[in-house]
Amino acid sequence: MDLFEYQARDIFEKHGVPVLGGVVAEDPAAARAAAEQLGTPVVVVKAQVKTGGRGKAGGVKVAKSPEEAEQKASEILGMDIKGHTVHRVMVAAGADIAEEYYFSLLLDRANRNYLAMCSVEGGMEIEQLAVERPEALARVAVDPNVGIDEAKAKEIVEAARFDAETGAKVAPVLQKLWDVYREEDATLVEVNPLVKTGAGDIVALDGKVTLDENAEFRHEDHTALVDTKSEDPLEAKAKALDLNYVKLDGEVGIIGNGAGLVMSTLDVVAYAGEAHGVKPANFLDIGGGASAEVMANGLDVILGDEQVSAVFVNVFGGITACDAVANGIVGALQKLGDAATKPLVVRLDGNNVEEGRKILADLAHPLVTQADTMDGGAAKVAELAAGK
Amino acid sequence: MSIFLDENSKVIVQGMTGSEGMKHSQRMLDSGTQIVGGVNPRKAGQSVAFEGGHEVPVFGSVAEAMEATGANVSVVFVPPKFAKDAALEAIDAAIPLLVVITEGIPVKDSAEFFNYAQGKGTTRIIGPNCPGLISPGKSNAGITPANITGAGKLGLVSKSGTLTYQMMYELADIGFTTAIGIGGDPVIGTTHIDALEAFENDPDTVGVVMIGEIGGDAEERAAAYIKDNMSKPVVGYVAGFTAPEGKTMGHAGAIVSGSAGTAQAKKEALEAAGVKVGKTPTETADLMREIVKGLA
Repeated sequence: MDLFEYQARDIFEKHGVPVLGGVVAEDPAAARAAAEQLGTPVVVVKAQVKTGGRGKAGGVKVAKSPEEAEQKASEILGMDIKGHTVHRVMVAAGADIAEEYYFSLLLDRANRNYLAMCSVEGGMEIEQLAVERPEALARVAVDPNVGIDEAKAKEIVEAARFDAETGAKVAPVLQKLWDVYREEDATLVEVNPLVKTGAGDIVALDGKVTLDENAEFRHEDHTALVDTKSEDPLEAKAKALDLNYVKLDGEVGIIGNGAGLVMSTLDVVAYAGEAHGVKPANFLDIGGGASAEVMANGLDVILGDEQVSAVFVNVFGGITACDAVANGIVGALQKLGDAATKPLVVRLDGNNVEEGRKILADLAHPLVTQADTMDGGAAKVAELAAGK
Repeated sequence: MSIFLDENSKVIVQGMTGSEGMKHSQRMLDSGTQIVGGVNPRKAGQSVAFEGGHEVPVFGSVAEAMEATGANVSVVFVPPKFAKDAALEAIDAAIPLLVVITEGIPVKDSAEFFNYAQGKGTTRIIGPNCPGLISPGKSNAGITPANITGAGKLGLVSKSGTLTYQMMYELADIGFTTAIGIGGDPVIGTTHIDALEAFENDPDTVGVVMIGEIGGDAEERAAAYIKDNMSKPVVGYVAGFTAPEGKTMGHAGAIVSGSAGTAQAKKEALEAAGVKVGKTPTETADLMREIVKGLA
């Protein structure tokens, strides 16, 4: 889960990372109150969106009074930045910036450890810096079992070529950022820019944090960070039913078991759909179990997508044999009754496939068509979805 | 032959007495796996009776189980909360092969136990979030259905469980030496490259099917490895061409970020390394079948 800047700021503050005052606001009046609360002569009104380039898009504006903060907030709220609607702004205390640096700590999948990246040239797009001046971006491996201790922090600031005096001030901040990474179960902590103020203090001025959703069981407070305002209603419904669902833009509803097989099903349907002008409508993995209840819930979510005109159920009977899956489909259709209105193409393969296919054949439900193969099923469902 | 797992493998199950552990221990026993023990400190000294006349003793720790039985493989079914401690215990006991089936382990925990194992240098980890591995007709360490196909001459390495099953089914006419599901998490123990290297060195494996999916750059690195090191034919399949950027597709590791991790990039890298890549699982199986015919 990616966090908003204001959420990252709050988490930084909690772990002792130096930040400036910042208050989130969802309407212009609240932005004005926030500026009054901060009480600094200058504030910055910043759009809270989970995408880069908001400055260029006009989503960051300076205000010199609470009245001006209110006005700037009214300009920014509701803006569209790269497809993200701005629902909130953060009103932040103005900073007296002397120098800008860059720091990030992230999971390094290839090396299966963590990677710290740091540069004395902050503020710009880091991808651009990495390409144009790779020597200016220090990359230091971090052992997950050691982390950024005093020695590692020193190694990083030296590799980034900070002068001794600044490096000595930056290093303890990096250790605090490690605390954020480790204690919050983050997979990314990025500060761009990390700044030195005119007074010589080091401050994290903007933060990006990605949290590991697998670790939610030990972070009850992380649930409150979910952005329910931008959540797709079908995805929210699926989540409440404990289903692994991703909404896409298409006509063919997809249900399958196992993430890899479902991804593969989307691809096969996309190929088959090219000739008919239809695309997969969603990703839905019902997991190994595929009980009647899970199948019914899955169908219920998919049939709630008005764009869907046909559904492909693609299951490989492994642990759960095909007859159990077929019974799940029968049960789901009974549960849904008249709510099941779209044609279903079902492809079963694997354990007890004969029994499974027989159960569906005996059901002789007018909406259900069986397919022998995944490719054949995809071709059939694409045809049905296109209304042919 | 087979890789990593054979008829002499002695398997213990961490979490055997839980519901998943019980169910899959029975399945493993049914498929001929030598399960020599379970681990649960609260039930040490007891034993569990499985169907088929199998009486499996429960030990208080992995070290005790290894000492008493000579076990060299442990399969982990414990819930995500306790998986790291279970893995660390097995690594401390220097179990040669540790298969972590558990799904939903925080990546920090996996990174910590993986690096701990690297430091010790005595344990190979497969997974987490994987179906484990099967050497058909010999042994099955994990949750792969054993009756999809029998022993044969292909190797299979895959990030995805159900695609592993699908591909075994598609190529049931040829069969497999070993099929390994390496898992769909961002941090996994055994990689595509590790499995490819082992298959290259296995005299009974004539060709390898490699299944990848979006996220990370493991397939690209495997492609480079194949180009430089593999004499045996490899056929590839990559899932996730239609996955949008920034959305996790079921597996914690299956996410396209920016231009990184796309299926297209992986396919191109594999093809540039001389690997034939199928558009669908069926087409991939056909490509492999053609190659095997040509070898005969």
